[in-house]
Amino acid sequence: MQQAIFIILALLTLGAALMTVITRNLLRAALWLVATFFGIAAIFILLRAEFLAVAQILVYVGAISTLIIFAIMLSRGIMDPDQVRFNGQWGVVGGFAALLFVVLAVIVTRVPWPAAAGGAPVGDAPADAIARLGAAFVGPYAIPFEVASVLLVVAMIGAIIIARERE
Amino acid sequence: MDYLRNFFVNLARSWTAWIGGFLPDWGVNLVNYLVVGIILVLMPVIATLTLTWMERKVIGRIQNRIGPNRVGPWGIFQAFADAVKMLIKEDIVPSGADKPVFNLAPILIAGAAALLWAVVPFGRGMIGQNLNIGALYVVAVGSITTIAVIMAGWSSNNKFALLGAFRVVAQLLSYEIPMVLSIATVVLVTGTMRMGDIVERQVAPFIVVLPVAFITYLLAAAAETGRAPFDLLEADSEIVAGYFVEYSGLKFGWFYIAEYGNLFAIAAITTTLFLGGWRGPFVSVAPALGPFYFVIKSVAVIFVLMWIRGTWPRFRIDQMLAFAWKVLVPASLANLLWSAIVLQIGRQPEQLGPTIVQMILLLVGNVAILAVTGLLLGRAARRYAAQHGWAGA
Repeated sequence: MQQAIFIILALLTLGAALMTVITRNLLRAALWLVATFFGIAAIFILLRAEFLAVAQILVYVGAISTLIIFAIMLSRGIMDPDQVRFNGQWGVVGGFAALLFVVLAVIVTRVPWPAAAGGAPVGDAPADAIARLGAAFVGPYAIPFEVASVLLVVAMIGAIIIARERE
Repeated sequence: MDYLRNFFVNLARSWTAWIGGFLPDWGVNLVNYLVVGIILVLMPVIATLTLTWMERKVIGRIQNRIGPNRVGPWGIFQAFADAVKMLIKEDIVPSGADKPVFNLAPILIAGAAALLWAVVPFGRGMIGQNLNIGALYVVAVGSITTIAVIMAGWSSNNKFALLGAFRVVAQLLSYEIPMVLSIATVVLVTGTMRMGDIVERQVAPFIVVLPVAFITYLLAAAAETGRAPFDLLEADSEIVAGYFVEYSGLKFGWFYIAEYGNLFAIAAITTTLFLGGWRGPFVSVAPALGPFYFVIKSVAVIFVLMWIRGTWPRFRIDQMLAFAWKVLVPASLANLLWSAIVLQIGRQPEQLGPTIVQMILLLVGNVAILAVTGLLLGRAARRYAAQHGWAGA
């Protein structure tokens, strides 16, 4: 049963992801991306990771895709279907995308996942999982957490400086 | 009498026993889930049919009119007449509209309004799903509205609709922050995100313990749902009707249903977080009273929101964003910080909810924050008046 639901969700998510890449209309692509995020949130729920699912919707659907859509709406000419689809940097971007795929594939196949080895039973998250997640964020993982925040602040200040009107 | 005392739970038990007589276990589960789901999905529709009438009556009285009075006694069937009118209207899709997106937007916005009801506790044990992330779920589902509004505004191929959608992002994203901070204060004080447990641990209603969080949440929620005086998304005098200007018939109706469903939902969530939910006198004797207290408190909150709408002029967009970033965010941040300090002071292990001393300390801090905020606002207003040379400031 769970397997069947997972396959359906995975197909929907992958289909939406594919549409994101191949749609000519950029705004529709962004909306397909939203559908992909919803699919990923559903898979999180299937894996009993409710917190991640809700965070996924809150951050990606609620905030990030909104910003993406705004960037699209405010860029001139970007919605024109006659726009060339590739610029001079497609090789670099493609290379990085391929590299990312290889890295992720290596991580997924090489790391000994406890669930795959039949260690921890899948679908039995502890009742206080969220409390433990929160404690981990301010305990052992405090420094990575703070570094991520600093990175976001840097990005934000950088964006303000770039976007600011010159005096 | 004993049956009535816990009427809703007993009703559910007899219903389950009755259908259990001829259905297998999984069938009983399926039917029960469907029934609960249908009731929750119908909540926005019920809210629309009742609250539109209430709103028109309340606003009417505030404006010295009597409001709807033709259809039925006191005009109570006005909403049904309007619903029929909406159903028989022609469905118009503007030329140049992005049709699939145009059709999807009302569904998404009404779906988001219905989803909120899944975590609202109507009484002890009367909750769709007592999610362990309930409070966060409320915020996340609320944020889906942003995307739906943008879809509606963009796909309409209308500049007023698009302008309305542009305003949405500034408004909804800004007011999400004070809203999350005020919910976080409640979560911190109760130590749980389950909506059911938040009510259980609310010995005293949090409106008297955390008034800053209550006021912040109510204002931010009014802004999130685009209620006046924060109705810049659909400011009639500026951008016609904003993001849903091109919608007609039942699709317009879905936006209407979403608006009133959200209004009822934020009132219900305010009741849950700050007014003690279904708690009230004699609830421990007769749990069936819980839902009644819950509805009465929710309707009181709705009345306050309508009262605000009837008496306040609309904000300008810059005033509105300044209010969120310069008043609500600092005040709720200070409140969150103070709550964290107070809770850390006399903390006992395995403590559920705040102690009396902690509650008094929280209240003192909240009153101080309110006083400082009021003082700073008054000073800013005087400075502004002096700059413009206004007399009597």
